[in-house]
Amino acid sequence: MKISGSEILLESLKREGVRHMFGYPGGVVLNIFDLLHDEKEIQLILTRHEQGAVHAADGYARATGRAGVALVTSGPGATNTVTGIATAAMDSIPLVVISGQVPTMLIGNDAFQEADIVGITRPCTKYNFLVKDVNDLARTIKEAFHIANTGRPGPVLIDLPKDVTTSKAEFHWPETVKIRSYNPTYEGNKYMITQAAHMIAKAKKPLIIAGGGVISSGAAKELTELAEITQVPVTMTMMGLGGFPGTHKLSLGMLGMHGTYYANRAVQDADLLIAIGMRFDDRVTGKIDAFAPHAKIIHIDIDPTSIRKNVRVDIPIVGDVNRVLTVMNKVIREEVKEPWEEVRKAWAKQIAVWKKERPMTYDREADIIKPQYVVEKIFELTKGDAIIATEVGQNQMWAAQFYQYDKPRTWLSSGGLGTMGYGFPAAIGAQLAFPNKLVIDIAGDGSIQMNIQELATAVINKLPVKVAILNNRFLGMVRQWQELFYQERYSHTKLDESVPDFVKIAEAYNAVGLRATKKSEVVPVLKEAFSIKRPVFMDFIIDWQEKVYPMVPAGAAIDNMLFAEEKKKPEKKLRAVK
Amino acid sequence: MRHTISVLVENKFGVLSRISGLFSGRGYNIESLSVGETIDPNVSVMTIVTTGDDWIVEQITKQLNKLIDVIKVVDMTELDHVEREMVLIKVAPRQEDKAEVLRLAEIFRGRVVDSSPKTYTIEITGDEKKIAAIVELLRPMGIKEFVRTGKIAIAREGIKKP
Ligand SMILES: Cc1ncc(C[n+]2csc(CCOP(=O)(O)OP(=O)(O)O)c2C)c(N)n1
Ligand SMILES: [Mg+2]
Repeated sequence: MKISGSEILLESLKREGVRHMFGYPGGVVLNIFDLLHDEKEIQLILTRHEQGAVHAADGYARATGRAGVALVTSGPGATNTVTGIATAAMDSIPLVVISGQVPTMLIGNDAFQEADIVGITRPCTKYNFLVKDVNDLARTIKEAFHIANTGRPGPVLIDLPKDVTTSKAEFHWPETVKIRSYNPTYEGNKYMITQAAHMIAKAKKPLIIAGGGVISSGAAKELTELAEITQVPVTMTMMGLGGFPGTHKLSLGMLGMHGTYYANRAVQDADLLIAIGMRFDDRVTGKIDAFAPHAKIIHIDIDPTSIRKNVRVDIPIVGDVNRVLTVMNKVIREEVKEPWEEVRKAWAKQIAVWKKERPMTYDREADIIKPQYVVEKIFELTKGDAIIATEVGQNQMWAAQFYQYDKPRTWLSSGGLGTMGYGFPAAIGAQLAFPNKLVIDIAGDGSIQMNIQELATAVINKLPVKVAILNNRFLGMVRQWQELFYQERYSHTKLDESVPDFVKIAEAYNAVGLRATKKSEVVPVLKEAFSIKRPVFMDFIIDWQEKVYPMVPAGAAIDNMLFAEEKKKPEKKLRAVK
Repeated sequence: MRHTISVLVENKFGVLSRISGLFSGRGYNIESLSVGETIDPNVSVMTIVTTGDDWIVEQITKQLNKLIDVIKVVDMTELDHVEREMVLIKVAPRQEDKAEVLRLAEIFRGRVVDSSPKTYTIEITGDEKKIAAIVELLRPMGIKEFVRTGKIAIAREGIKKP
């Protein structure tokens, strides 16, 4: 029996196990939306902006590990997805974005609401398709999910002309896919892995740097095992948070531009770096020529282009992090027996000294609300059992520094692209996947306004997302740079009285709004918010002068850090420590 | 250093744009690019001439391999191989140079494929050096138009460079 392209689409999505998607209707996708009217197995969440739909799908994917799905119309609907797609691409998040397109006959004619979305998204998708024949549709969807989910994951776009959604064809679901030109390497080279294991045994000052690959390959357990057997300390990139327990005694927290003093010092002093599922982004390395000057480097990544892209590598291992670590742990257990605790004693002692010298801290005595205090209290009250999404800016860095992520997929943050407006829709996506979990977006007053319309989505779908706005009345992170490097010339970063009343906004959307203006109100506001089963905006009026420290100035070596002066007047006096 | 890279790709809509987009997006250089179907009509081969140090060329080949539609990438420069390019040169010589133009064409095993009272069009096939040489010799005679196919390359059978 022949069925329509729209029916093939939905049937294929079901075969892929899709239960939720996010989207927004329009002319060329009317046929698909018409079917969704009676659809029982797949729920479409109507967002209030296509960017919100893609970020929500992304948050869903990061929280669950399964590809997120978005469905939008042609032209403006499709172009509105670009930021979301680029965000996912930079962070290797599996998405399948389905965009409607004008009928095949009209493609290239500047038809109404035509945009060459395949051309536009070519550089920011892992792959994209234009389906011209309904007979290709089922296979294309199968391939799209396959490409999105396998190898180094990423977003895939399928452009679907309107006539393809109405034309009919037999439904043939391919159970397997084989793309001859696409064969990711999963198994690491055994010889290299063995070499690496011996190198770890020989190293005096080894350090693991864990990235997002640990999370996407589901290797948190294997990583913990490696670190524990060999007693090697672990630092994480921002994308790697949750890949190794933040509260573990071997954890050094995050490294890089706003990394901990001890992580950055350890990198610079290490004689061996074991880089796992990370790509040596400039926010991690700082000045590349001065990065890890004494270290040999073992680099494990599924993407060969990540290896030897930015730094020299002594032992490259291309493969899936999970499988490589599984083999490596076995080799170490069987072949490389060392009295590990004993071997690592001096290095552990050195790290303890650094931790003591400059722990992560802030002015805990201040009367005014310090943003770090809010984040710490969120951690304490949730006991770390929450999913944290973030916006971008200072709020993101404080959320990375002062909450300890013990489990993978509990930290949702736009790393590579740094997309303001990501966190709130991402939190909505995660909440849909985990209705009973506490999902909190740690936000800034600037960023939250970039997708604030999604409050309607949260309210109407009863997704009780909590938004903790660290309200400094500034585009704070940019202001911080202006203060430090542009003589306090706050060009276009002062939002001031233009910041809306977030409590009233929440109420206007039929959500709950709470505010804390004093430190003593922070915990009560958080407790109240966490007890309410509805979306809540919490407006924390924080110290606008607070900055994110430590900070490595752009282009400096990563141990060239600025710190908050510990005396009074913290905002003016800075000290560079080399 | 200059590298000649041979890229086997699925003969699909948009592939050329994926490859050229990779080069422009990452700031790699393309000196020449030629594309054509192979014996298998589902597969095309692109021959790309690019320059860069070893590190960049390593990235280029890896990035090409990473593209979903790319079946195989071979850096010909690492193999013993044959390279050819064809050029069509329209020369407008003075009366007294006409004989010299024809003589040069013959020396270089070129063919005159078109002529008019004022011009000759010469077809020459060869490697880079040969083409550079004929261009230098014809230049003073007055080259009016010049088109080239871009380089194509094929590995010699059975011998690997040490
Ligand atoms: C879409 C987008 N535009 C611009 C930027 C540049 N940018 C980075 S942080 C920042 C300020 C963010 O302000 P806010 O959300 O209030 O966060 P804060 O730093 O104050 O915590 C800006 C403008 C960005 N990252 N994303
Ligand atoms: Mg702000």
